[in-house]
Amino acid sequence: MSYPVRKFDAVIVGAGGAGLRAALQLSEAGCKVAVLSKVFPTRSHTVAAQGGVGAALANMGDDSWHWHMYDTVKGSDWLGDQDAIEFMCREAPKSVIELEHFGMPFDRNENGSVYQRPFGGHMQNFGAGPPSQRSCCAADRTGHAMLHTLYQRNVRSNTHFFVEWMALDLIRDESGQAVGVTAMEMETGDVVIFHSKAVLFATGGAGRVYASSTNAFINTGDGLGIVSRAGIPLEDMEFWQFHPTGVSGAGVLITEGVRGEGGYLLNKDGERFMERYAPNAKDLASRDVVARAMATEIKDGRGCGDESDHVLLKLDHLGEELIESKLPGIREIAKKFANVDPAKDPIPVVPTCHYMMGGIPTNYRGEVVSPAGDNKEAIVPGLFAAGECACASVHGANRLGTNSLTDLLVFGKSSGNSTVKFLKENASHKDLPRDAGELTRERLDRLNSQTNGESVAEVSAALRQTMQKNCGVFRFPELLENGVAEIKDVEQRVMRTEISDKSKVFNTARIEALELDNLIEVAMASLVSAEARTESRGAHDRADYAERDDQNWLKHSLWFKEGNRLDYKPVHMDPLTAETIEPKVRTY
Amino acid sequence: MNEMDRMRWSCRRGLLELDLVLQRFLSEEYPLLDSKQKETFGRLLGIPDNDLLDLAMGRADTTDEAFGEIVQLMRK
Repeated sequence: MSYPVRKFDAVIVGAGGAGLRAALQLSEAGCKVAVLSKVFPTRSHTVAAQGGVGAALANMGDDSWHWHMYDTVKGSDWLGDQDAIEFMCREAPKSVIELEHFGMPFDRNENGSVYQRPFGGHMQNFGAGPPSQRSCCAADRTGHAMLHTLYQRNVRSNTHFFVEWMALDLIRDESGQAVGVTAMEMETGDVVIFHSKAVLFATGGAGRVYASSTNAFINTGDGLGIVSRAGIPLEDMEFWQFHPTGVSGAGVLITEGVRGEGGYLLNKDGERFMERYAPNAKDLASRDVVARAMATEIKDGRGCGDESDHVLLKLDHLGEELIESKLPGIREIAKKFANVDPAKDPIPVVPTCHYMMGGIPTNYRGEVVSPAGDNKEAIVPGLFAAGECACASVHGANRLGTNSLTDLLVFGKSSGNSTVKFLKENASHKDLPRDAGELTRERLDRLNSQTNGESVAEVSAALRQTMQKNCGVFRFPELLENGVAEIKDVEQRVMRTEISDKSKVFNTARIEALELDNLIEVAMASLVSAEARTESRGAHDRADYAERDDQNWLKHSLWFKEGNRLDYKPVHMDPLTAETIEPKVRTY
Repeated sequence: MNEMDRMRWSCRRGLLELDLVLQRFLSEEYPLLDSKQKETFGRLLGIPDNDLLDLAMGRADTTDEAFGEIVQLMRK
């Protein structure tokens, strides 16, 4: 018996900023588009974005998209594709103005123009400075405002939302063209085939592969798992952005301002260890130096707690009064999420995963590309991706602050436009392959019939610990090697997960098991790619290869699920119209 | 339909902090609520993420008395 079929022109998986922006292009062009989302659209993780949208509007002083481009290429440690980066930085001001016209409540200057705040890494004059005020924001709720604005606009355009639906697998026909997805309605447990002419993934990040992550629970890399099972590689998965101090076990960030006000880090021996790593700056050393030192202490067995897996951030010596006045909110965060009162006891902290630079390989038009024959970037017909789940690649080896919202606005729109164009050129639905839905059926049957299997919660925890311990902010060869071996064990366990509750209705245990199927692909891709890349570049920081190696590694990694193998493809060094920004040493 | 299962999924949010607060609430407080309080909690979940987190963290207050009781439990 095959699954029931519903027909749409296009299916978009994910309803965060990128999915909503793409959906708008399609709906406004008159296409019949279905948007699938695990949660209500305005509860997507975009809501967590506070910083703003980077765009060279020049409302606060001189600015130019060329400068924004330079900062982004430098931030990416030259791994970003310069055509995509030019496209993003050039389009960003238009995207912001457009959003303003949609009703986005940006903060404003007295003259009515959009206010822009300064942000780390954004400079005038090709990095020479002074700093550029380039971030357009709506107080500290930019992502929240953006989601609400885009959602309302989609409602106006009659986008069909399927809320609390989880996409499970991609359907490609014999030629490789994307012709739909299978998805499960959570309320009923029913699976439906969404038969479409085009599929667009906008499923966001996958930070839940780490034990300590700022990402919401929904960020399980569903789009990445789905495409990797369908034969499409994942690009640059070794590059993850970390924040040095998240609450151990929870992931909630403790602002770096705590160290600015005199807080300092201790290992299990009570030693203020930053004095050894940075004798002058100590705990005020740059973010990467602090994170590296913390990782080294933990790796060398000087971590705290039963698992020796974190260090302590001490601030009780600052006194209750200063903590309350200079660090508002920190006390309540520590009490709530670390269960300690920082006016009395230190906060357990650990480097915490924040953002995924890699993802589904696309070009700057949001078309998914995959190697075919001699062509490393053959377009997969009918398949598109945008936002954090995609790798265009604009962030390369490290993302510049504010560029995540810029990315999802610009590439949400461009992938939407590419999809509209594709639909015009491909007016009719291609037939579903005879085995459409079979992979999903096999996965669900396996899960439902598994006996003597593994607990989803336990295997998930093992996956997150493996990533946290072996593929963290600072990487050691023996740990990477160990991590690859461990994650292969975890993979075997994922294939044997068992759920005790087999009911169909709102079965969260089943959903979490299906999410784990996606997390394992992300974790495997990350560890295998990281172990192979014998250099340090951007967020990939290795103890045994401290330098960037452009001779051998100025290239993108591509990880394939089939055969668990790697391939590589060149970085696009040629922008669309601007001059190439030649690699040089990246210092701030 | 298992109301607890539906509620568990409604507690999946866009903000990690809210995921954590609601996860604790669901396991420790929710089972002790009466049916009217459970219904109120369901309505409370309709509040946008940032506003709900502000309530839970004590950074904002609600004038709705029924909400107030649940919010106090969330702040525990």
